[in-house]
Amino acid sequence: MRTLKDLLKDGRFRFAFTVCLILLVLSVMSFFSPYDPYRWNVVPRDLPPQWPHVLGTTSTGQDLFWLLTFAVRNSLTMSLIASMVSRVIAIIIGLTAGHKGGKIDKILTFLSDSFLIIPLLLIILMFAVMVKGRMNLMGLGLLLGMFGWAWDARVIRSQVLSLRERDFTYTAILSGSSTLAIVFKEYMPFLVPLVFATLIGNMSWAIGMEIVLAILGVLNLETPMIGTMLYWAINYQSILLGYWWWILTPVTTSVFLFIALYLMSVSISEYLDPRMRIQRVGRA
Amino acid sequence: MRFFKTYFLPRIIIYFLVIVVGVTIVFIIPRLLPIDPIQQMIGQITSTGAYLDPKTLNYMIETLKELYGLKGTLWEQYWGFWRRLLRGDFGPSYYQFPVPVISLIRQSLPWTLGLLLTTTVVSWILGNVLGALGGYFPQKSWAKILDVISMVIRPMPYYVLALSLLLLFAYLIPIFPLGGGFLIGGKISFDLRSILILLKHAFLPAMSLILIGVFLWFQAMKLVVQSVKNEDFVSYARLGGLSQSKIVSRYVMRNAMLPQITGLALSLGQIFSGALITEIVFSYPGLGTLLYNAIFTGDYNLLMGIMTMSIFVITTSILVIDLLYPIFDPRVRYR
Repeated sequence: MRTLKDLLKDGRFRFAFTVCLILLVLSVMSFFSPYDPYRWNVVPRDLPPQWPHVLGTTSTGQDLFWLLTFAVRNSLTMSLIASMVSRVIAIIIGLTAGHKGGKIDKILTFLSDSFLIIPLLLIILMFAVMVKGRMNLMGLGLLLGMFGWAWDARVIRSQVLSLRERDFTYTAILSGSSTLAIVFKEYMPFLVPLVFATLIGNMSWAIGMEIVLAILGVLNLETPMIGTMLYWAINYQSILLGYWWWILTPVTTSVFLFIALYLMSVSISEYLDPRMRIQRVGRA
Repeated sequence: MRFFKTYFLPRIIIYFLVIVVGVTIVFIIPRLLPIDPIQQMIGQITSTGAYLDPKTLNYMIETLKELYGLKGTLWEQYWGFWRRLLRGDFGPSYYQFPVPVISLIRQSLPWTLGLLLTTTVVSWILGNVLGALGGYFPQKSWAKILDVISMVIRPMPYYVLALSLLLLFAYLIPIFPLGGGFLIGGKISFDLRSILILLKHAFLPAMSLILIGVFLWFQAMKLVVQSVKNEDFVSYARLGGLSQSKIVSRYVMRNAMLPQITGLALSLGQIFSGALITEIVFSYPGLGTLLYNAIFTGDYNLLMGIMTMSIFVITTSILVIDLLYPIFDPRVRYR
């Protein structure tokens, strides 16, 4: 709780926190939606924003506000699944590479480097094209999770490399702790905040990927997500027809979401860096 | 010679290893998934109402298997895949049958490479210069303004930024064309008018790539400069009475540039993917748009061709950057 209070002193974090809170409230509201997001033509079509359709309606006869609540919920859930999965992989690979060193380190570093170098978008696309339309939230989350770990595994590895040479690690080794005990008792307290900061960055990456895949039409387009909302808006030529509320709703939401996630991860990682924290205290 | 052995050789070996890993992934993915492209194609043909007697059907399946390289055991297929690849043969495209995939790629690759090369170079140089100045003079008001802008632009995915630019400059303020690489049906020649049209079409896609790139490098460079600034050699140069501009350009930037070169090599894959997405938004006639068509028509050969080609392009450019690195970093040369 104190950490949160400290973080909230930062204007950027306050902004990010507010935006995320609003989006969370939106996604909770989806449970009280009067309309089924999978059904079309439940409200009059192409209405500009007016009561009771706060954000207007689409050409497919859906209420934009309630559709948005579902979209935000699904996109956030998907990105959470993706980043959780990739965190687990990143921790395992980063820890093993950093702790074991030697040949295993070389092989694992080569592996994560090749994952960084190879254009992942194309490989993910290939997967998505082949299971076209059958990709549900869970599947997409797992797929993105399998590919999004390389950079963070590198970060964790370099952190572990420095932790391995610290005195407390030597003390633990000399007093006969097992490898697992060292990993969980000595390394984890240092890694958890780092993992949390990268988790937020990875969520943002996953949502960006989701939008691209949706635009290319390789997701299950019936599932309401930020990306699929954009897809339908573009598919129905909402820009040319002047239905600005339709295209602007997902665009604005995603812009705010990306900025908020980014500011949050920057703010948290600065908070974790003691040198930066001293600067901030000095400024305040 | 020793330098060649310790610096160049490992990098060249890794270059080939990455290509092998990448191409193997491209080979394995379609075979892992329980989907048969040949059955899909036959299904498409029969669903349009064409009648095929069993003999023709079998013959057709055999021919398609040959064209898709699906004959024989997995191991034979794998070798066949490599052999055809080294000859530059990716089989025929399905979406423009029977045009070979390689000639489709050859048409669109120059567009992508042109866009990618100019935007990457421009944004890398601009971002690093701005980042060095912003990191060295963090209290100046322009540095703070750049900071705020970079906080907004940096987290944007390529797609969202490109779409916003398109909405802004092609619909709301229509000064740039909506898409395409040249006038429809126009012929490209080397006179002034034609080059102007080319530039006008390339402006918005290039702009969106440069905007993201500049602020990415700006932030990274700023962080590096802020730590280099406090090193002893900089204070020494300052005490020695060197001019500010000389310290920034010759001492700080020269040193802070090195991690940025490595960073460029590592993020090239992401930049490439971003360029493909941007091309799709602006329907620019490069690899991205080709990819889009391949996805929509389910053209596996074309998809695999584009992927293999991209892996080659990216790994080769990374190798080039890696091999040029000793020119910038004397420490590597004299080790």
